Amino acid sequence: MIEIDGLVKRYGTQRVLDGVDLRVRRGRVTAIVGPNGAGKTTLIKMILGLARPGGGRIVVDGEVLDGGVDYRARIGYMPQIARFPENLSGGELLALLQDLRGSEGPVDEELIDRFALAPQLDKPLRTLSGGTRQKVNAVMAFLFRPDLLILDEPTAGLDPVASSVLKDKILAERAAGRTFVLTSHIMSELEELADDVVFLLDGKVRFAGPLGDLKRTTRQVNLERAIAQMMTQEAA
Amino acid sequence: MSVLGGVTAKVVKYELSDVVRSRWLVGYALFFLLATEALLRFGGGGTKALLSLMNVVLLLVPLVSAVFGTMYLYNAREFTELLLAQPVRRDQLYAGLYLGLALPLAAGFAAGIAAPFLVHGVDDPRQWRLLAALVLTGVALTCVFVAMAFVIAIRSEDRVRGLGAAVGVWLLFSLLYDGIVLLAVLLLADYPLERPLLALMLANPVDLARVLLLMQFDVSALMGYTGAVFERFFGGAGGIAVAAAALAAWVAAPVVLGLRAFRDRDF
Repeated sequence: MIEIDGLVKRYGTQRVLDGVDLRVRRGRVTAIVGPNGAGKTTLIKMILGLARPGGGRIVVDGEVLDGGVDYRARIGYMPQIARFPENLSGGELLALLQDLRGSEGPVDEELIDRFALAPQLDKPLRTLSGGTRQKVNAVMAFLFRPDLLILDEPTAGLDPVASSVLKDKILAERAAGRTFVLTSHIMSELEELADDVVFLLDGKVRFAGPLGDLKRTTRQVNLERAIAQMMTQEAA
Repeated sequence: MSVLGGVTAKVVKYELSDVVRSRWLVGYALFFLLATEALLRFGGGGTKALLSLMNVVLLLVPLVSAVFGTMYLYNAREFTELLLAQPVRRDQLYAGLYLGLALPLAAGFAAGIAAPFLVHGVDDPRQWRLLAALVLTGVALTCVFVAMAFVIAIRSEDRVRGLGAAVGVWLLFSLLYDGIVLLAVLLLADYPLERPLLALMLANPVDLARVLLLMQFDVSALMGYTGAVFERFFGGAGGIAVAAAALAAWVAAPVVLGLRAFRDRDF
């Protein structure tokens, strides 16, 4: 679904991404993990075309990214920070996206029901709690039944009920053949969701492969310990 | 082209409904409404009121456009990213964001100034033309300074510095510029300065707007040094055309600069 070769990104003299090679396989959930500042969000933004590569190549669904925008019609994105124009309502925000995409056919509003979000959609976004805005954020990512979903810290700020609803949704959509790229700092959550893990450190890929392989390589029973093990090994 | 218009119009529509509900914009329109009403009632005649309003417009429109614009764009940072993640081109998005901000600001200002005149009428039909000139000039200044807000907010990551730059730009063009020009004139009094001075005046949108308006009012005594030179050089209609063209260029330049910054920027 996504092929990345030799991706480089510098901000000033700092190399945020330093030659990243990466494959995201179709119909699987790929988790990008790594400490803060490892380049996870930068990588995601480059897949979305929000930031431009300083070198290397990104291919999404067979299309080399070269400034074209149409490929984004097949991507749903849930950004890390759910901040929207404060005087618009959630309903208006969803309507804007629908307008912009000019999408035909019914949209996926399952999450609105599961989150019981409908009564909140008429209120200005500024009056909603952070968690409720994050729900709106999640709804937007799934709305257009995209082939590829990119979720940046999807459950941050959600209560346990909402968080479970979202995770169930992710698993259900994966079963329906959709591809996911997600980041999270909650390892138990990734353990529940992820098929493949990409471990990013200092702008380089230190491990990429199925979750089971990571545990085997590090001889640890859970992901948190496996990752911690890798981070300490790197430091040594 | 129709695609470009489509995306832009959609972004404008929703951003407009956001900005229009902002308390700042409502306050801005109300301020002009009350100021105009008060000047009309107590200022002694429509022409005098318009002349006083001119000074308010020249000072306040650039300040509010630059500061409100910069603030709004910093607050809309995540929203912009969300829109950029949709299948839309950056130039379309930029046009939409720009118009969605400039239009309501211009409309709030125009409505606030024009409404009292429409209600009370004028005591001399020529005042309609002055009013139209004042509104158009104010709208042009709004476009100029909203575009500058875009350039600032896109280029500077740090919002405190961005807001400082917005206030700085306003200070420079509204207050410091004439002082610097005057100082230069004093220091270089022995040289023929008319042409360089003309160039200097064309280089400041607020000065341009002031000259443009004062030539309508026919009170060149109030024009300041640059204005007096300008009127002697161009006089009447030709001068107005040149100043209007220069003001139009002033709208276009920062808009294009902002577009280029927006296109190349990493979000």
